[in-house]
Amino acid sequence: MSIHIPDPLQAAATAVSLEAGTLTAAPADAPARRLGVPRVLRGWVLPALLLLLWWAAVRFGWSTSPLLVAPAKVWQTAVAQAESGELWVALGASLWRNLAGFVLGASLGLLFGIALGLSRLFEALVGPSFHTLKQISLFAWIPLISVWFGLGDMAKVVFLSLAAFFPMVLNTFEGIRSVPRESLEVARVFAFSRWQLLTRVVLPAASPSIFAGVHLALIYAWLATLGAEYLLVSGKGIGNTMIDGREHFWMDLVLFGVIVVGLVGFSLNWLATQLEKRLLAWRGRSVAQFN
Amino acid sequence: MSELTSTLVAPAALRPPVPAKARRLGLSRGVRLLLAWPVPLALLALWWLAARYEWVAPQVLPAPDVVAATFRDLLVSGELWDNLVVSFWRVVWGFVAGASVGLLLGVAMGLSASVKDYIYPTFKAFSQIPVLGWLPLLMLLVGIDEALKIILIAKAAAVPIALNTYKGIQNVPTQYIELARVYGFSRRQLLQKVVFPAALAPIWNGIRYGLTHAWLALVVVELLASSEGLGYMIVYGRQLFQLDVVMAAVVVVGAVGFALDKLLALTEAWLLRWRRQ
Repeated sequence: MSIHIPDPLQAAATAVSLEAGTLTAAPADAPARRLGVPRVLRGWVLPALLLLLWWAAVRFGWSTSPLLVAPAKVWQTAVAQAESGELWVALGASLWRNLAGFVLGASLGLLFGIALGLSRLFEALVGPSFHTLKQISLFAWIPLISVWFGLGDMAKVVFLSLAAFFPMVLNTFEGIRSVPRESLEVARVFAFSRWQLLTRVVLPAASPSIFAGVHLALIYAWLATLGAEYLLVSGKGIGNTMIDGREHFWMDLVLFGVIVVGLVGFSLNWLATQLEKRLLAWRGRSVAQFN
Repeated sequence: MSELTSTLVAPAALRPPVPAKARRLGLSRGVRLLLAWPVPLALLALWWLAARYEWVAPQVLPAPDVVAATFRDLLVSGELWDNLVVSFWRVVWGFVAGASVGLLLGVAMGLSASVKDYIYPTFKAFSQIPVLGWLPLLMLLVGIDEALKIILIAKAAAVPIALNTYKGIQNVPTQYIELARVYGFSRRQLLQKVVFPAALAPIWNGIRYGLTHAWLALVVVELLASSEGLGYMIVYGRQLFQLDVVMAAVVVVGAVGFALDKLLALTEAWLLRWRRQ
C-alpha cells in the first residue's frame, strides 16, 4: 500500500477543488496508464469478476448444492415476477407502509425535536426519558407492538413510525441547539416576535441537521419495513416474498429479493440526497457569499 | 429582510458549536436532575393504575410489580444470565470479525487510490443492502446456526467501521502531510505519527457505530432465527403471552446496549487524551 503524496504544484492545484485535503489527490493519468484499466471502469472490475465466478461455479459444477442457482435463473425469476405483477404488488405494499410510517414518525419527530430544542424546561422534563427509551434496540419493540396493535398494517406502520421518529428528534434537536448565538442576538435587535425568530432564524439555521434527520429517518424506516415483514408475518411485502422464497428453498427468488431491497435502499438514499441538495441550495449561495 | 437573514445564518456552518455552559442558562444542574423524574414516575403510576383497574388485560399489559418479580425470578433462576452470556459472546465474536474486516478495508481504501477505485463501488453496493436483506439468503447458505449470527453481526459492524475509517483517513489535512514531508518522514513514520493519530477520532466513531449496529443486528437475528439469547427470550415470552418476560428482556437489551456504548465512549476519551494537552 502506498500513499500518494502530492507534489507542491499538485497540492496547489487540488487546494482549489473540493477534494483539497485528501490523501488520494494523485495525478489522474498515472495509475490508469500504469495498470491499463481506465479509471472510470475500475469500479466494475470486481462485480464482473464476482459474476463470472458465480457463473463458472454453476456451469462447471464446482458445488453440488441445489441452492447454487445460475445468474440466468435469477434473471428469469425477475422477469417472471415483473410480468406476473407479483413484484409490483409486494413492492407497492412495502413502499406504502414505509411512506406512511416515515411521514408519521418524521412529522412527530420534527415537532418533538423542536420542542426539546426550544424549551429547556421541556428538555429537562422529557429529555432523560426519551434518551433512555432510545437505548432500547428498535426491533425489541416488535413483540410488544404486535401484542398491542396486532399483526396487520397498523402494527407495522406504528413500528415504522418509531423507526423514523428517533433519528428525526435527535437531528432536529441538535440542529436547533447549534444555532449561533450571534444569529439570535441580531434577531433580538430587529425585535423579532417568537414566531419570526423560529421561522426566520432558528429553523433555517437548523435545516442542514434537520434534513440529515429526514435522510436517516427514511433509511431507518426502510430497514424497519423489512424487519416488520419478517417478524409480523402476514400480508404482502418484499420481505414476505423473501421469507417465502427461503421457506421453499427458492434461492433464485431470495436473490432477486436481495437485489430489489438493495435497489430500493439505493433509490431512497439518492432521493433523500437530491432533495437535500435542492432544498439547501439557498444555503450554499449564502456560504459562498460569506467566503 | 430575508436576504439579510439568509446572509446572517450563513456563518452557522463556520462557527464553533455553542459552549456547553451557555446551554445550561436558566436551569441549574440540581433542578435539571429533579425535573427528570416527574415524567417517568407519572408513566409508571399510569401503568400501575392501568393494570390495577384492568383498563387493559393483564396478558397485554402486566403490572410493574409483576414485571419486577419476573425479573427477579429470571435472575435467581439463572435464565436471564445464561441468555445474556450467549448474546454477549455472539456480539463479541461478530464485532471482532466485523471490525477487523472493516478496519482493513477502510485503511486500504483510505491509503490507496487504486484500491479505492476497485473496491469502493462494490463495497458501497453491498452496504446499501441492510443486514435484514441478507438474512433469508444467508439462512439458505449457512443454515440457522451460529455462523448465520456471527456473519450478520460482523456485516453490521464492518460497514460503519470501514466507511468512517476510510473517510477519516481521506480527510487528514494536506498541511499535515506536507509538514511530514518537510521533516523527511519515512512512509512508516508518516502513517504512525501523522495519518493514524489524525484519523483516530473518526475511526473510533466508526467503531462505536459498529458496535451499536452489531448489537442491533444481534437482537434482530435472535428474534428471527435462534433458540438462545436475549432476542429469543423476547420472542418466547411473546409467543406464550408472557409480556412480563418480554419487558424484562427488553430492559436488559437496552441496558447492555447502553453499557457497551458507554464503555467505548470512555475508551475514546482515554485514547484521545493527548489531543487535549
